[in-house]
Amino acid sequence: MKKGRQIPRIAWPLFALGLILFFNLVFTDSFFAITIKDGHLFGSLIDILRRSAPTLIMAVAMTYVIATGGIDISVGSVLAISGSIASLVVWGGNTQYLTSAGSQYYAPMLSIILIPLVASILLGAFNGVMVSFIGLQPFIATLILMTAGRGLAQLLTGGKVLNFRHAGFEFVGRGYLFGLPFPFLLALGVIVLGTVITRLTPMGLYIQAVGGNRSASNFSGVNTRLVLLFVYIFSGFAAGLSGLVMTSDITGADAGFMGLYMELDAILAVVIGGTPMEGGKYNVGGTVVGVLIIQTLTTTILTKGIPTEYTLLVKAIVVVVVLIIQSNKMREVMGKRQGKMIAKGGAAV
Amino acid sequence: MGGKLLEVHNVYKVFPGVTALADVDFALERGEIHGLMGENGAGKSTLIKVITGVYQKDAGTIVLDGQEIHPTSPLHAEALGISTVYQEVNLLTNLSVAENLAIGRQPTGTVGIDWKTMNRRAVGILEKFDIDIDVTELLGNYSIAIQQMVAIARALELESKLLILDEPTSSLNADEVEKLFKQMRRLKEQGHSIIFVTHFLDQVFEITDRITVLRNGKYVGEYATPSMTKLDLVSKLMGKSLDDLKNFDSISNHVEIGDDANLIDVKGMEKTNYMNPFDLKVSKGDIVGLAGLLGSGRTEITNLLFGTQKPEGGELHIKGKRVNINSPRKAIAHHLALSPEDRKQEGIISGLSVRENIVLAQQVKNGWLHNINVRKQTELAEKYIGMLSIKTSGVNQPIETLSGGNQQKVILARWLATNPELLIVDEPTRGIDVGAKMEIQRLLVELSKQGMGIVFVSSEIEEVVRCSNRVYILQNRNIVGELRGEEISEQEIMVRIAAKEDRKA
Repeated sequence: MKKGRQIPRIAWPLFALGLILFFNLVFTDSFFAITIKDGHLFGSLIDILRRSAPTLIMAVAMTYVIATGGIDISVGSVLAISGSIASLVVWGGNTQYLTSAGSQYYAPMLSIILIPLVASILLGAFNGVMVSFIGLQPFIATLILMTAGRGLAQLLTGGKVLNFRHAGFEFVGRGYLFGLPFPFLLALGVIVLGTVITRLTPMGLYIQAVGGNRSASNFSGVNTRLVLLFVYIFSGFAAGLSGLVMTSDITGADAGFMGLYMELDAILAVVIGGTPMEGGKYNVGGTVVGVLIIQTLTTTILTKGIPTEYTLLVKAIVVVVVLIIQSNKMREVMGKRQGKMIAKGGAAV
Repeated sequence: MGGKLLEVHNVYKVFPGVTALADVDFALERGEIHGLMGENGAGKSTLIKVITGVYQKDAGTIVLDGQEIHPTSPLHAEALGISTVYQEVNLLTNLSVAENLAIGRQPTGTVGIDWKTMNRRAVGILEKFDIDIDVTELLGNYSIAIQQMVAIARALELESKLLILDEPTSSLNADEVEKLFKQMRRLKEQGHSIIFVTHFLDQVFEITDRITVLRNGKYVGEYATPSMTKLDLVSKLMGKSLDDLKNFDSISNHVEIGDDANLIDVKGMEKTNYMNPFDLKVSKGDIVGLAGLLGSGRTEITNLLFGTQKPEGGELHIKGKRVNINSPRKAIAHHLALSPEDRKQEGIISGLSVRENIVLAQQVKNGWLHNINVRKQTELAEKYIGMLSIKTSGVNQPIETLSGGNQQKVILARWLATNPELLIVDEPTRGIDVGAKMEIQRLLVELSKQGMGIVFVSSEIEEVVRCSNRVYILQNRNIVGELRGEEISEQEIMVRIAAKEDRKA
């Protein structure tokens, strides 16, 4: 790092990710081995990319929500709804097919993808309206859908686990393109989409403005309601897409457990990535690293054969350490020496 | 009667960068109603907060009833016998009236709270105020006036020696004010002492025995109300002695402008409980000052013009065309701009850089499809940083790290970047140093010479006189008069502000 330069926020999460990878380099055999089978890449690292996709898709959208000073805790439930609808569509809306073992119902691909996504966008819009027009606190507004949504998903599937076979749809969660897992490419697509919207239109500026000072944004003419509506719709869309990936991967929808607590992983990834919860700033790159930290850690724990009961505990410890390292207090202490320069550069002139 | 109840001597309160109170004295007799007055930033609310323990004084003494006190919290002050009713009622609107009156002192029976006793007591308390309401009803279901009365009744039930009413009338209508005054007089007769903070001239003359005036954190003086005229008081508040009024050089050309109102023409614009109907005209090249005391409707007019408050009636014509502005977006589309009163809450967006703060309004004007890229943002920002000599380490410096004057200039830059035809500035020089003040005044005059219309609000009267070629006088949310060209002088403005309210205007 250059003298007198503030350490970029993303440095700490990258450092943490590096540490976990280094641990594996030393202690896990062939963790970094990547082989080519049937024209696809295989290996632990590729597996991490594939498994992290659903959380990654959600977390990228969550970054924008949090940047406006909000939060969306309904994404896990929206995911379950989306997955349940997709399964229903695969079955042509008729779960009787369940019993006819081996039979395949070929619903048109487009409807399997579009119907759940449209539903998810509408659910996101519901959150957005609650926050921007009704003026509910984001936590409360999305809590409504978090609770009601899971119930709705279970109603849709009639409490059953809907399994299916559908060659086309299965590609979404299991396929490979250009040698890479398709879900990961979808996640990259969401990152690109978000970046295009926030960089090529003023949306990025407005998101930060609303998060920084909503009232002043209003006085400056920013359509703050539209901005809020957008971030929640985007979050709903992303949760829906996540649901498609997951449903396709497990070739079934389990409305009660799909995506349960996934909103917490998404929020955690955003925070680890250095986006402050109070809003006003965001760091999508940091969020990506945050998701990779969480997934690499999970994979590491699994490959090390640590009993799964310890998984959450180990995760929690690592996360706490990362958060402490990048907390303002810690940054203050760590940056004391070169911090003087920062203070000079930033002080009122 | 006789003997002082409260004596405040040589009190200082310093905040980082600001001396809020410097060597302030205050004395309250037993059984009197004492007005505490001052314009924005005078220090009246800081003084109240020091007395009620919200802030700790940095120096000086507070003596209550012969004992020196050091209130450390509002609760402590309450225990010492000082009760305060704030502008915003801070009772619990989701509880019943009786519960609110009993908080912290609920009568208990054998099992839990004794509701009957509590309700009976509440009725008794309110009887003293001639308030006959259902005490089991939620407080929130009653009018603000009733809530205010309940708050006052509660404050008195604490058997306080001293009652502080901090702008209790700003949300009350004339009738409700009268009811409140009746209770205040009754309390005074019973020997209670009241500090009454307000900015309404008529009210202070109607109810108070004496008045203490603060200005810019300093003690101006204490006066017996009957010995004063309204004009005296206005001159104390504004810090101008009438005898030796220096005539500041006007930097505006004071050109007489006709009635053509070629820029905007407002007729009868109003909003209930916010601003009474007013007419206002601005021509190209006009600097129209709005002069009045705090709460007289200055800021209200700016918000109604800019659409941050939706007008309920009246007509607005811009360049001869009738338009309807109900949001800042529409105002911007019609080439209006507003640099708002509250720089921190409504102006700067912390977290964003100087560059982003400057381009924001222009970006809004451009619309969604015409994004200003970073290179153009930087060009735009640098242009205005140069033009307004904004002191910053660079376009990417976070705005919250700039000084107040430079933050204000960034807000002006934000609006100038949109090339407005009408620029509304509300207190553009508040809390910034003299040099920056002069720069901003010059800038406004310069802009007007280029044909921009300007509406200029300031509580510093000499600024209004220096810059404006037309001045509207405001009283109690009405425009009550207009001065033009050579008529504009500090003395004339003060006389008009103090004049008996004349609703015909």
